Amino acid sequence: MMENKMMPLWEVFIRSRNGLAHKHVGSLHATDSKMAVQAARDVYTRRGEGLSIWVVPSAAIVASDPSDKAMMFEPAESKVYRHPTFYEVPDEIGHM
Amino acid sequence: MYTQALNATDSQIQPVEDMSQAAAFQARIDAEERIEANDWMPETYRRTLARQISQHAHSEIVGMLPEGNWITRAPSLRRKAALLAKVQDECGHGLYLYAAAETLGISREQFFGQLLSGNAKYSSIFNYPATTWADIGAIGWLVDGAAIMNQIPLCRCSYGPYARAMIRVCKEESFHQRQGFEIMVTLSRGTGEQKAMAQDALNRWWWPCLMMFGPPDTVSEHSDASMAWKIKRFSNDELRQKFVDATVPQAQHLGLMLPDPDLRFDEASGHWLYGEIDWNEFKQVLAGNGPCNRDRLAARRKAHAEGAWVRDAAAAHALKQMRAAV
Ligand SMILES: [Fe+2]
Ligand SMILES: [Fe+2]
Repeated sequence: MMENKMMPLWEVFIRSRNGLAHKHVGSLHATDSKMAVQAARDVYTRRGEGLSIWVVPSAAIVASDPSDKAMMFEPAESKVYRHPTFYEVPDEIGHM
Repeated sequence: MYTQALNATDSQIQPVEDMSQAAAFQARIDAEERIEANDWMPETYRRTLARQISQHAHSEIVGMLPEGNWITRAPSLRRKAALLAKVQDECGHGLYLYAAAETLGISREQFFGQLLSGNAKYSSIFNYPATTWADIGAIGWLVDGAAIMNQIPLCRCSYGPYARAMIRVCKEESFHQRQGFEIMVTLSRGTGEQKAMAQDALNRWWWPCLMMFGPPDTVSEHSDASMAWKIKRFSNDELRQKFVDATVPQAQHLGLMLPDPDLRFDEASGHWLYGEIDWNEFKQVLAGNGPCNRDRLAARRKAHAEGAWVRDAAAAHALKQMRAAV
């Protein structure tokens, strides 16, 4: 019996309209990619939510470690000179 | 729907944890930050959520049974299509919620096991029978109505995956309640017999619906921790009162009587005050002695057992495809 074997988990991404990126909407279990796409259609697009579906095995996703958050994202906080507002432009110049 | 105050905080012994971590966690909650699956969290927070979300998922799944029973007997194709779509939504709600619960590190198979073994609870309301077509109206109107009251604040729950699942669920619930209310409107404007059917359904569902919000605040244990963790945003009695206040005018519109001789409007507070709830009945139903507890579990077990070959076949097919691809 295969009853104990767990169905793999998939992450579902939906493009709601052309021109927009696929966005993560949730997850589901399926034995293979075809079943995952069909189940995603049934579960996540019952009311016109999407035009395109991506499914990705959850196990294939590599995530950053939340406990490294400070170290990973500190540079984004401290480098104020990456932002346009860091620079002075004379008032007479107006919008730049 | 359908969470109810089965959502007591888990009272098992608090493991020794770094107090500074716990304080930092509480500070994040107080700042209205969302907690995500891989973030550090106290064990009791994790256990409380795993239990609450999985019980909520079980409720969606078991909740399909009383209504599913009427799909083949709906009085028109319009009603049949609507009911089928509603029951399908409830199945989807179960899926979203199991997926949210799994992020806490327990597999869906384990949660299924807890339900099928009879160890897990689910909402008491689904242990009542749907005996006439009017019950489908009353369920949509009242049971889904009560569910909406419970679920809207959960969209702001501190645990991100649960909050996101609830946002999806809430978007779908409004149709459930409206289709139920429409059935009640039709019946209550129909023949004398139809109106009597609507009244009878209301009589039977009203009190069990008030019980859906869980025990009164005076006896509800542990809900303080759930409040502090912002899993819960309102107390059981607050939500119950909101539901009563919203529902009384709707019943009046239908020209139906709520089966509560003590129900009266209180000018001072601006609320509808309701009579004594039979908490003994609630306890009995939760303990497994409601009218349908045995039926519901037996139906789930049968469906799970009879679906085993499908799961096996799908797994065997996937394996074959994988080998062919090598
Ligand atoms: Fe639901
Ligand atoms: Fe619903």
